[in-house]
Amino acid sequence: MPEITRDDVAHVARLARLSLTEEELDLFTGQLAAVLDHARDVEALDVADVAPTAHPLPLRNVLRADVPGPSLDRDEVLAAAPAVEDDRFAVPPVLGEEP
Amino acid sequence: MAATAQEIAAAIAAGQRRAVDVLDEHLAAIGARDGELHAFNLVTTEHARADAEAVDRGERPGPLAGVPVALKDNLCTRGIPTTCSSRILEGWRPPYDATVVTRLRDAGAVLVGKTNLDEFAMGSSTENSAFGATRNPHDVTRVPGGSSGGSAAAVAAGFAPVALGSDTGGSIRQPAALCGVVGVKPTYGAVSRYGLIAFASSLDQIGPFTTTVADAALVLEVIAGHDPMDSTSIDGPAPSLLEVLDHGVDGLRVGVVRELLGEGIAPDVRARTEAAAEALAAAGAKVDEASVPAAIYGLSAYYLIAPSEASSNLARYDGVRYGLRVDAANTAEMNTATRTAGFGPEVKRRIMLGTYALSSGYYDAYYGKAQRVRTLIIRDFQAAYEQFDVLLSPTSPTTAFELGAKTADPLSMYMNDVCTIPSNLSGDPAMSVPYGAGADGLPVGVQVMAPALGEPVMFRVAAALERSLA
Repeated sequence: MPEITRDDVAHVARLARLSLTEEELDLFTGQLAAVLDHARDVEALDVADVAPTAHPLPLRNVLRADVPGPSLDRDEVLAAAPAVEDDRFAVPPVLGEEP
Repeated sequence: MAATAQEIAAAIAAGQRRAVDVLDEHLAAIGARDGELHAFNLVTTEHARADAEAVDRGERPGPLAGVPVALKDNLCTRGIPTTCSSRILEGWRPPYDATVVTRLRDAGAVLVGKTNLDEFAMGSSTENSAFGATRNPHDVTRVPGGSSGGSAAAVAAGFAPVALGSDTGGSIRQPAALCGVVGVKPTYGAVSRYGLIAFASSLDQIGPFTTTVADAALVLEVIAGHDPMDSTSIDGPAPSLLEVLDHGVDGLRVGVVRELLGEGIAPDVRARTEAAAEALAAAGAKVDEASVPAAIYGLSAYYLIAPSEASSNLARYDGVRYGLRVDAANTAEMNTATRTAGFGPEVKRRIMLGTYALSSGYYDAYYGKAQRVRTLIIRDFQAAYEQFDVLLSPTSPTTAFELGAKTADPLSMYMNDVCTIPSNLSGDPAMSVPYGAGADGLPVGVQVMAPALGEPVMFRVAAALERSLA
């Protein structure tokens, strides 16, 4: 298994939309390396012919009957949002310019 | 000893006690000691009083009529703040109730408050809460376990006879063991997850904390059963558990899992587990050593699979639809500023670990391998259950440890879950039963595991263990 580097941690933090200080980068790199190092014990196992398990139940897609039912109350949902405009969730500019 | 849920429900149903008086007693206990323990994030006094008064008017009959119940603060309660002990959800009021909340209320329960947890249920000590740690009622210098430490402490302290928690890698059973109460992780899919804020969706299950095995059976009968709102809910009736509790264990085959009794298990915890096995043998069970060889790889597989699922589930906290928003010049910067300010260090660690394990180039080596190891664990359990009706192990490697003892070393904290994780990976039911004390006088829990949908036989064994201490 590959070794996790400080650059790797900075990269996944960006992917996960997290901003880390230099001190946090050092700390997390060491801690994540320790966890991944422990996970190396599975390297001894030959699982090439073992199918992966994503889920403990042998489930197929579950579809409900196509019948209208009550949904969440719109005002109650919007009341929980940080910003709302015209009954919609409002966000800052997405492409960097004011609309 | 405080009254059990069964005793309270019976006394109220018989007109010997009023639900408001029962509630007041529990609120007084909370008022007297929760400042010290911090089991609750929120005590819902007014809601609880209205519900108790309705019980006394005969408007809310049911098997739990008038029984105070505490809820882990990652279970959605409509209009009542639900935080996951995270700054990112502070002040959020869900627009719906979790299915378990609806079922408890329909059974007449009185919901007294929301309990503290490790942020987003990530932890084994409840020290990762953004709102401060919970303390163990048996020794306030010790942790209550986690992540459902607030629920475990609330039941152990007599704040409520029943609490619900969630268990992804041991988060019900381990705090139950450390606080000396009963804690159950049902079969995956037995209890609806609708309204449980997701951590790792293929592992999460909701279950009860109680002081007796019979109370746990009563609560599980109320909350289990099919729910169309959860696509992973098992399509079948809730199990009948109360009626099997006195069936005994004569002839049952009990396997003590060799791999979960070795290195890393404290001698006093090991001794209590062996005493439990001897008690079951004395009660007529056929006890032998069992082997689940891949169980020792559970920890490694879990700490790749659970963070991977978490990194996906927690992507929803983006400052758009609910919870915290930290303003910035554009949406991407707002997302980053919000998540950086809103998540604590353990949540960030797990999000990054999961993002790494799922990222291009590492997926097969980490996540893919972990999923294959998960299959091996399931196979080994299946083989063991061909020879045994239930399996036995310690719940936690040690009794409750001191606050701060493991916070600097995440890996040492993760080791607490070594005995509980395998049943989450397999999806099988498992529960912790208090079984005496360790060398330090603190509670020890013994874990009873059963094959999927094996709750009836698991509860029979748990009830026999409880009787053997009486």
